[in-house]
Amino acid sequence: MKRTSWTVSSWVLALLLTLPIMALIYEALLPTEDVFRHLWGSVLPTYISNTFRLVVGVMLFSFLAGVPAAWLMAMCELPSKRYLQWALILPLAMPSYIVAFVYTDLLDFSGPVQSTLRHWFGWQSASDYYFPAIRTLGGAALVLGLVLFPYVYLLARTAFMEQSLSLVQSSRLLGCSPWQSFKRISLPLARPAIVVGLSLVAMETLAEFGTVNFFAVNTLTTAVYDTWLGYGSLNAAAKISAIMLLVVMLLLSLERMSRKRQQVFQKSLGQEQHSGYVLTGLTKWCALVFCWSLVLLGFLLPFVILCYHAIRYFDKAWNSRFFEYSLNSLLLSSVVAGLALMVALVLAMSHRLTGKTYTQIPKRLASMGYALPGAVLAIGVLVPLTSLDFAINDAALWLGLAEPGLVFTGTMAAIAFGYLVRFGAMAIGSVESSLGKVSPSLDMVSQTMGYRPSAIMMKVHVPLIRKGILAGVLLVFIECMKELPAALLLRPFNFQTLATYVYQFVSDEQLELGALPAIVIVLVGLIPLIFLNRSLEQTH
Amino acid sequence: MSTKLALSAAALLVASVAGQVVAEEVNVYSNRQDFLIKPIIDTFTEETGIDVNVVFLKDGMAERLEREGRLSPADLLLTVDISRLMEVVDKDLTQPVDSEILEKSVPAQYRDADGQWFALTTRARAIYTAKDRVGKRDDITYEELADPKYKGKICTRSGKHPYNVALISSMIDEHGEAETKTWLQGVKANLAQKPQGGDRDQIKAVNDGVCDYALGNSYYYGVMLSDEAQRETAEGVYINFPNQADRGTHVNISAVALAKHAKNKDAAVKLMEFLVSDEAQHLYASANHEYPVKDGVEPSELVKGWGDFAADKRPLVDIATHAKTAVQLVDDVKFDL
Repeated sequence: MKRTSWTVSSWVLALLLTLPIMALIYEALLPTEDVFRHLWGSVLPTYISNTFRLVVGVMLFSFLAGVPAAWLMAMCELPSKRYLQWALILPLAMPSYIVAFVYTDLLDFSGPVQSTLRHWFGWQSASDYYFPAIRTLGGAALVLGLVLFPYVYLLARTAFMEQSLSLVQSSRLLGCSPWQSFKRISLPLARPAIVVGLSLVAMETLAEFGTVNFFAVNTLTTAVYDTWLGYGSLNAAAKISAIMLLVVMLLLSLERMSRKRQQVFQKSLGQEQHSGYVLTGLTKWCALVFCWSLVLLGFLLPFVILCYHAIRYFDKAWNSRFFEYSLNSLLLSSVVAGLALMVALVLAMSHRLTGKTYTQIPKRLASMGYALPGAVLAIGVLVPLTSLDFAINDAALWLGLAEPGLVFTGTMAAIAFGYLVRFGAMAIGSVESSLGKVSPSLDMVSQTMGYRPSAIMMKVHVPLIRKGILAGVLLVFIECMKELPAALLLRPFNFQTLATYVYQFVSDEQLELGALPAIVIVLVGLIPLIFLNRSLEQTH
Repeated sequence: MSTKLALSAAALLVASVAGQVVAEEVNVYSNRQDFLIKPIIDTFTEETGIDVNVVFLKDGMAERLEREGRLSPADLLLTVDISRLMEVVDKDLTQPVDSEILEKSVPAQYRDADGQWFALTTRARAIYTAKDRVGKRDDITYEELADPKYKGKICTRSGKHPYNVALISSMIDEHGEAETKTWLQGVKANLAQKPQGGDRDQIKAVNDGVCDYALGNSYYYGVMLSDEAQRETAEGVYINFPNQADRGTHVNISAVALAKHAKNKDAAVKLMEFLVSDEAQHLYASANHEYPVKDGVEPSELVKGWGDFAADKRPLVDIATHAKTAVQLVDDVKFDL
């Protein structure tokens, strides 16, 4: 393939993935009556400040939890590390609205924790004691942080592992303490990956609806849903979404600009055996408690509570079609993860081959879908796809054939496209941050040896950034397993994913009945997790 | 010519994949969870041999139908809440059904005069009171929830939830916008905690002493009472039907409508007519502890035990016209913040 064809395909892909957003921007430009003015005059300022505080809170938590955990797992020897390093990813497999439901249920005034405390101490009412209210912004930030920090962990760990050990060793030889060497070598080198992780966290938080709703925290996404469903104005909703997108783009490009002059490449493949710091004594115990409590709170505790409900309501909840739903989820998620990877590789390669700044644009464009609330994005997906459906049907009529019906929006195609638009950013970000660390001199060498771009990609880049690719694919896969609002709106007849099945119960305030299928989501998500983690370890 | 040939081939291929030929079937877009309607659907299929496919669409039914246009596979729309129903009707996504059975079975106030929609069940917006601290309150009204004597004693879910929006709309219909706003401010001032959770959480909160009064739909009480693990909580509260001395308790509906571009019209109407049969009405209503709309059909034993009540008789369509204003008022008084 020639350079120009790489560029052309990257633009085509990017534009394809941007279609839903363009549809929404078009909607946003239509008049919105006075809904917008009314919102601005009443609740919007509070929503904006809530959104800002929530995003900052969740990012801070994810950074403080994810980066140390990643460093410990990549660089240190710890007992139980074999389990910990993948257990720390587990919170991702848990849909956040389920974790939110579990924690609000547990810690509410009526929940078992406070009831037990009242029983023990003989307190009568809320005024007799202090207990932090869970349905608050702080509670939401904490719970979201617990389920989202693995993004940062996963990408940062990959980055730490890809780092050439010789750099760390040199810094140590030059007299750096482990902390200094971390601060001056490892952290700056891992910065692109950490930033990608944090931006995933931020965008996920921005687009989050179910969880913040449980916590009675109103954010901009609440405003998007309210204006759409309450005020019945999709235009105004699209307008708010567009503003959110703009802010995200702005922040991301600011970060990129700040990193512009910082170009670090790794000559080595980062595959030598890490000797690793061996932790002992108090440090060891602190590290262990730190990591395991993240696993405990982000995964084990909610999981155990789900199991409790599942066992109690097994007779009512068991459904012989779980197998079918699991297969649907598994198939859909795998297909989308594969597609996302291809998109990411093409976009990253075309930029790499030309090296021009403007070839960054397709990557940025294709990553925008992630910041949109799922249901709004789904509407954006419907617009171009139904137009395509109509074109096909009109063509069939013109040819004197029977109308084929909704070829795209009536089938799995719409859901898959929606997921790709929404989660492509994860694969793109992950591949990009890994590829950025591969020295261009390798490309030059390959070129002098007469390799064509596609061969360079397959023979040089892909093996080098295998971990980044795996991390990206894994993230996309797990997100697809859990994705809900887009699935609800785009799925065809007789097609349930595990998530949509669980949601029926959650939306009817009957999590007890949804606990069993929720466990299946987690377990099905674990299969590729374990598989991928094994191959991550093998290259190590 | 060759392009046309290629196109035909492609179209044929697509058609053979997408257009499966099936026996009689009905495609349903539903706001209601599959598990709630499955028993009724199964009975229908058993009796008629007609297959029913259901997609549960929580939000966005109108947008999806609108975009799908004449190609839409939807035959029947099952909705809950009057404003969501009116959205599909107002966007011209439904078509009238002329059926004597439907007209005879559904009282006039619970169906469209032109046959665009028919209610299937009603659900009352009740006020729950604490058994030990308040007792049964047959004389309670929505209006008095704003009385300062209830300061710190009231719980509710978000003011923007469709159930509360409909209630506020009915207040606007009765008292006008300005008075309703004052009422909302009063209720907000009386809240024991920020609006949060679902209707069941309100029952829990009353039982646990967070508040003494709570707004909630009648069927949640039924669901909790029939669940062993939650019965005790529900037994700590009374269900009260407000405004019995004047206009009656506010009720909302679940309803059915024929989609504008329904391809299986006959089968779909058959299903509609089945849904108002005595058997299905009872089944459908008791699946979620709601009230059947059809006169003479008894609600479930449990629901009957709560006693009869007078429902607000004003046309629901009138109430739905105030929905947007209601949401605006909720924002104006910052009810949820």
